[in-house]
Amino acid sequence: MTGNVMIRVENLRRYFYSTPPLLNRLIEGKRRQTIRAVDGIDFEIKTGRCLSLVGESGCGKSTVARLVVGLYKPTTGRIEFGGGRPDSPAAGETDPSTQRVQMIFQDPYASLNPRWRVSDIVAEPIRHENRRKGRMEISQRVGELLSLVGLSPGDGRKYPHEFSGGQRQRVSIARALAGDPDFLVCDEPTSALDVSVQAQILNLMKRLQQQYRLTYLFISHDLAVVYYISDDVGVMYLGRLCELADTQTLFARPKHPYTRFLLDAIPDLGMGGRERMPVGGEVPSPINPPTGCSFHPRCPHADIRCKTEVPRLNEHDGTRVACHAVEEGRLPDPKH
Amino acid sequence: MSTSYAALLEISDLKVEFPTRRGTLVAVNGVSFNIEPGEVLGLVGESGAGKSMTGNAIIGLLEAPGRIAGGAIRLAGRRIDDLPYEEMRKIRGREIGAIFQDPLTSLNPLYTIERQLVETMTTHLGISKGKARERAIELLHEVGIPSAGERIHHYPHQFSGGMRQRVVIALALCSDPKLIIADEPTTALDVSIQAQIIGLMKKLCRDYQTAILLITHDMGVIAETADRVAVMYAGRVVEIGSVRDVVRRGQHPYTRGLMGSIPKIGDNVEHLSQIDGAMPGLTEVPSGCAFHPRCGVAMSVCRQDTPILQRCDHTEVACWQVVDARTGPKGEA
Repeated sequence: MTGNVMIRVENLRRYFYSTPPLLNRLIEGKRRQTIRAVDGIDFEIKTGRCLSLVGESGCGKSTVARLVVGLYKPTTGRIEFGGGRPDSPAAGETDPSTQRVQMIFQDPYASLNPRWRVSDIVAEPIRHENRRKGRMEISQRVGELLSLVGLSPGDGRKYPHEFSGGQRQRVSIARALAGDPDFLVCDEPTSALDVSVQAQILNLMKRLQQQYRLTYLFISHDLAVVYYISDDVGVMYLGRLCELADTQTLFARPKHPYTRFLLDAIPDLGMGGRERMPVGGEVPSPINPPTGCSFHPRCPHADIRCKTEVPRLNEHDGTRVACHAVEEGRLPDPKH
Repeated sequence: MSTSYAALLEISDLKVEFPTRRGTLVAVNGVSFNIEPGEVLGLVGESGAGKSMTGNAIIGLLEAPGRIAGGAIRLAGRRIDDLPYEEMRKIRGREIGAIFQDPLTSLNPLYTIERQLVETMTTHLGISKGKARERAIELLHEVGIPSAGERIHHYPHQFSGGMRQRVVIALALCSDPKLIIADEPTTALDVSIQAQIIGLMKKLCRDYQTAILLITHDMGVIAETADRVAVMYAGRVVEIGSVRDVVRRGQHPYTRGLMGSIPKIGDNVEHLSQIDGAMPGLTEVPSGCAFHPRCGVAMSVCRQDTPILQRCDHTEVACWQVVDARTGPKGEA
């Protein structure tokens, strides 16, 4: 059962098009621009594991999350749900693959309907899935779900505005679990929360994962959170994966220069007083990405090949990394 | 009240209130601390702790109906909390600079960077436009904006987030202030840009001997940047001390809980230590020590009497438990 693949993503791409106004097109000759938000990504997540995607803003990690749950249609590429539980709904009902996927959003203020009572919010996926269920049955299930996430069943009568940010995120989690999912996509679920509340939510999510053997796709920009929650980590840069490895390997022996930069940039709580080398420059625009390896303008190890040839994600020493320098063995060992 | 002139900024017993129809809300309740010249003091806490209110009170930018209801703020020995608006305007920008979280709201979108920098300098320093322009380019260069001579003619929207924050830092520095209030200066930025901005602030603090009040919820940023830290909870400072002591050996249960709940790379824990519950809202601050409902070691005193900040070993801390451990039960020093 451990070897089952929950989801496999192959060569996933999503382009957005931005069209300048008609006059600008006619007079200035401006062309339709392509934004390559996700530009060819492959990964798979095994049942019961958690894959995190990290990267800076604009790298396409949230777009991947939305593609996976079906909020966007991919431009090209495939998303396959495999594995499955023995009791998954029979053919003829709604597409089972979408039912088993649920999403938790970043902003617990925007993702709950302010006019609905919490019990209705949490009951909606149950009602959607099984219209035959009686009112009593549903309210009992809602009560169970609310206690499961650390709220009291009586909280169902309240409206979202009566809760704090952390409690709202608990409601979001209860709603996600109401559909009885196998696979949860979490898009920055704790980045709007304070640290002490973040710890509560992370602990809850980890407990639920073990209890229900959930599979997570976790999107975050916070490497420490990722270290805590995930089994595997993928580092994204400008729509592509530049490194994919299990958490321990990635943090102990980062290969890609960008991964090393990111790890080096985290403020040091231990206060070793080290002088770190900050990453120069910024993430370029995905409208006009650099040729070759998109990290080359910021990379100290870049050479001609990096400027012209897009590196592929290849197996290297236990991790999958997309870097010519690693492949050629040009990269010095990390200082960590 | 004795005034030591070593302190650049001296805040004593500051109280900020918001009168509302349902009664007065106390956002900052008896906060006292000093900042020495050239020192970086971090002010941490979760949202609602009153840290930004403290910062806004210092620069005289409390939004009505908020007002300073008690205590005093002294800048280099001179009282600034009761100055009339026009007087305060001269100090703000000249002697106290400010950096806010969102660089886009601190810059005027209709003016070029040049105009904003030059105007600030001609107003506060009384220098000529030509001189101000020269210095503006110099400053932009110093905060790390490439080809500053050209970029100075650009508007804020033409800069990226990190570059905009650099412009804001240049703007805060341009009148050579003694103190900068930095309210969440790196929160809106990506980690790699955050590292650049932290490095820049540290360097400028060293070069110009500017003191910084760094307000943030990010302990990592504090650990990297600050010399001393004050931890705030529900409008009060619960612990203050050197960064090393507070981060590594904090004594207040809240400080410890806060530090424990931060996930750390390299720490293989199954379970993060967590503080249950959440910071109380201003309408429902508990009696006694405001932290007692969430505190694992609360005693009966904690429910009734508010502990005051006092020196215990390496830090100053407001907690009955810590006081008790030193001086025996119900110890009032």
